[in-house]
Amino acid sequence: MRRAMVRVQTTVNGQPAEFLCEPRQSLLECLRDILGLTGTKEGCNDGNCGACAVIMDGRLVNSCLVLGVEAEGRTILTIEGLARGSELHPIQRAFLEQGAVQCGFCTPGLILATKALLDRIADPSEAEIRRWLANHLCRCTGYDKVVRAVRQAAAELKEACR
Amino acid sequence: MSDRPYEVIGTRPVRHDGADKVTGRAKFGADVRLPGMVYGYVLRSPHAHARIRRLDTTRAEQFPGVLAVVTAADLPESPDRPVDLVEGTLPLRYVRANVLARDKVLYKGHAVAAVAAVNRHVAEEAASLIEVDYEPLPAVLDVLGAMREDAPRVHEDLRMREFGETTERAGNIAEHFRFVLGEVEPSPTGEGLVPKGFADADVIVEREFRTAMVHQGYLEPQNATALWNQDGRVYVWTSTQGAFSAREAIAWVLDLPVSRVCVYPMEVGGAFGGKIRIYLEPVAALLSRKCGRPVQIVMPRRDVFEATGPTPGTVIRVKMGARKDGRISAAQVWMAYETGAFPSGQCAFGAMCILAPYDIPNLVIDGYDVVVNKPSTAPYRAPGATQAAFAAESVVDELAEKLGMDPIEFRLKNAAREGTRRADGPKHARIGCVEVLEAMRNHPHYRAPLEGQNRGRGVALGYWFNIGWYSACTISVNPDGTVNLVEGSVDLSGTRTSIAMQAAEVLGLRPDQVHPVVADTDSIGPTAVTGGSRTTYATGWAAYEAAHDVIRQMKQRAAMIWDVEPAAISFERGVFRTGERTMTFAELAARLEETGGPVIGRGAVNPASAGGSFAGAIADVEVDPGTGKVRLLRFTSLQDAGRAVHPTAVEGQMQGGSAQGIGWALFEEYAWTAEGAMANSSLLDYREPTALDVPPIETVIVEVPDPEHPFGVRGVGEANIVPPPAAIANAVYRAVGVRLRQLPLKASALVDALRAREN
Repeated sequence: MRRAMVRVQTTVNGQPAEFLCEPRQSLLECLRDILGLTGTKEGCNDGNCGACAVIMDGRLVNSCLVLGVEAEGRTILTIEGLARGSELHPIQRAFLEQGAVQCGFCTPGLILATKALLDRIADPSEAEIRRWLANHLCRCTGYDKVVRAVRQAAAELKEACR
Repeated sequence: MSDRPYEVIGTRPVRHDGADKVTGRAKFGADVRLPGMVYGYVLRSPHAHARIRRLDTTRAEQFPGVLAVVTAADLPESPDRPVDLVEGTLPLRYVRANVLARDKVLYKGHAVAAVAAVNRHVAEEAASLIEVDYEPLPAVLDVLGAMREDAPRVHEDLRMREFGETTERAGNIAEHFRFVLGEVEPSPTGEGLVPKGFADADVIVEREFRTAMVHQGYLEPQNATALWNQDGRVYVWTSTQGAFSAREAIAWVLDLPVSRVCVYPMEVGGAFGGKIRIYLEPVAALLSRKCGRPVQIVMPRRDVFEATGPTPGTVIRVKMGARKDGRISAAQVWMAYETGAFPSGQCAFGAMCILAPYDIPNLVIDGYDVVVNKPSTAPYRAPGATQAAFAAESVVDELAEKLGMDPIEFRLKNAAREGTRRADGPKHARIGCVEVLEAMRNHPHYRAPLEGQNRGRGVALGYWFNIGWYSACTISVNPDGTVNLVEGSVDLSGTRTSIAMQAAEVLGLRPDQVHPVVADTDSIGPTAVTGGSRTTYATGWAAYEAAHDVIRQMKQRAAMIWDVEPAAISFERGVFRTGERTMTFAELAARLEETGGPVIGRGAVNPASAGGSFAGAIADVEVDPGTGKVRLLRFTSLQDAGRAVHPTAVEGQMQGGSAQGIGWALFEEYAWTAEGAMANSSLLDYREPTALDVPPIETVIVEVPDPEHPFGVRGVGEANIVPPPAAIANAVYRAVGVRLRQLPLKASALVDALRAREN
């Protein structure tokens, strides 16, 4: 039995992208298995861990809860699209300098969550940071160094805006 | 700082794999993509305990898009023998039976069959067409019930081991062991031993504790990609703590010589003890053998909960007596751990740790490993010790209170020191028990006033013995004066860097001039698992030896160039010297080809033991007496690191272990239906702590160097998870005056306890 495939035209990390997928496939699957963007991680596949977070049209979403066909006409940013050329984004650098990365599996989701947060609130308080990150499980760090990394990134990005 | 003895050790460089981890480029097991790869799905038992009467895979095999189906019938049937599985020895038949069930399923989630298909949806659909006729059997779910003579039997062929000997006793008790110190006498019933010393005690506290089964909770699900190559070799890409232990286990299950298996250890998205065991690897290999293509299987999260990990729930009874002068005179412990469907040795680890922080003259510990119809348990960070410390540290806290002593002073009065004998026999080497307690007593957190209603502060101490074991490293010198370091240790959270730093220290290089590579099992000498807090300790030691081997060989090259004896050459801070003549490491590195070819240093070590690590926790809580909610106001973790190679990484270990301990204390547990199904097998219902559940975790690194290790390193990965549940329980008592003796400290239980006290 042949399954109907749907053609999806979208923009991923600033480049036009086109793929065929089954209607039941999630955006997470399409990114990882069709487009080869394996930086987005599958931790639970039911929207409870945040490891698969990407930014779609400026909003943070769990890509496991979005269907691939819903990407039609949208703009998607994944972890692979954050660095500028060979330069790390200040958020990526802050995660490294603060030791906020241990196993690194939740890291892509946390970094994109930080981007979405700082795009919205330039100078978040610790409480705002913790509330925002509460959709993302990290089993290694206990969150302290992650919060510090978000603060460092916020400070640097604010400085860069001046 | 001028008084720092080292140039590199103790600094905080960005880790070597950092850029890959923040750009999405790091390759985890599920990121492997091979030409022609297909996807597998594992069918699992819906019953906690059932006999498989009939298994028919015909319809699945005929489903379009399916390439192969396997069952236990595809596993080889070589003779049974005991195999060493890192955390204990198990009959090979049990190892195979956990990979794919043969006659009986022993827990809900037990693997029964597997399908390979063009994608995982097709594989899952096809798996649902496999017909299995089960005869449900009564399930054994409770550890105390399982120990009864008349309990249903998980394994008909299990015979209890007692005091190291196999007995004729059938049942669910896999092992009974006993540790004894000092003077003991037969118990009044004549069935066991009791320690002397309770008669001298002015206060005696005797309590029973229970802890729930919990999961390691790593974010990356288990996965395996296997290729059964046409030359007969099996290649496996997997998320494992030990490439070599995985290679052995895969080879045993498939009845192959180890050299026919090559394991590529991928980046590991969290493990904490739960990724030592193999699960999917032999299944993917069998599917690959059948269809001739590489097969990848990634576990759904539900299966991670139902079929991997967890760590045992326990029942622990502790009786301790102390004199008015504050000395503990005797202790008696009875502990039973549920091992899940197959035996495991975690109760013994708990027993090694439970009284280890203290110098107790007379003690008896009886321990039982008990099989039940739940997933086969696996180690979890300081396996067995956290449950044990919850019990012992609660009793110690109560004794201190009854004696009117400060809980830290009471612990200091009884603290183990170098030479104190442990319950399991060996004497403590140089340890930092006293130093950690003093750091707790002197910390501003312990001295800060804690005001407000329903608030309290608790402390607890934890111990993990750490292990040594074998490790291999090679270091090859590049012509530009840098080196490549090849190691067999899987890097779970930054050990590429902590190992490279030890080589850099010897070689007079910066950490970024050492390029670490975690190798596959074809490319480096055997190296034991990343576990037991051994990696920075033992593989770091191997890197130290390899670096010294490099220096020894390079001195020979310098001697050749200068025409002097190698003994006349010194090496310090990156410079070779004889008399007035000098050459930097880089200058000499550029001249290796002309002086005899490449220089490759090697290091291989197998330390028999390692210095144990102590950790302390100070917790401030606020209890809402109406809802029973416990809020953490402040939390401090203190740990003896021996020598902190990379302090940021050490702090990260302490904070991560503390957060897991906080989850264990407050929310995490397997909830069961009456039929023995896990009722909360998602990350929504199994509550791991979020950023909102934990306060900023303060850390204090105590450094009592291990005199055995060249840099004084102690493993730091595990002891930090041990004290938090007890510290939080003790804090809750100080806040509202009730002691909960069951983990997690559930809000509902706290409300019930508060109401019971009012009535």
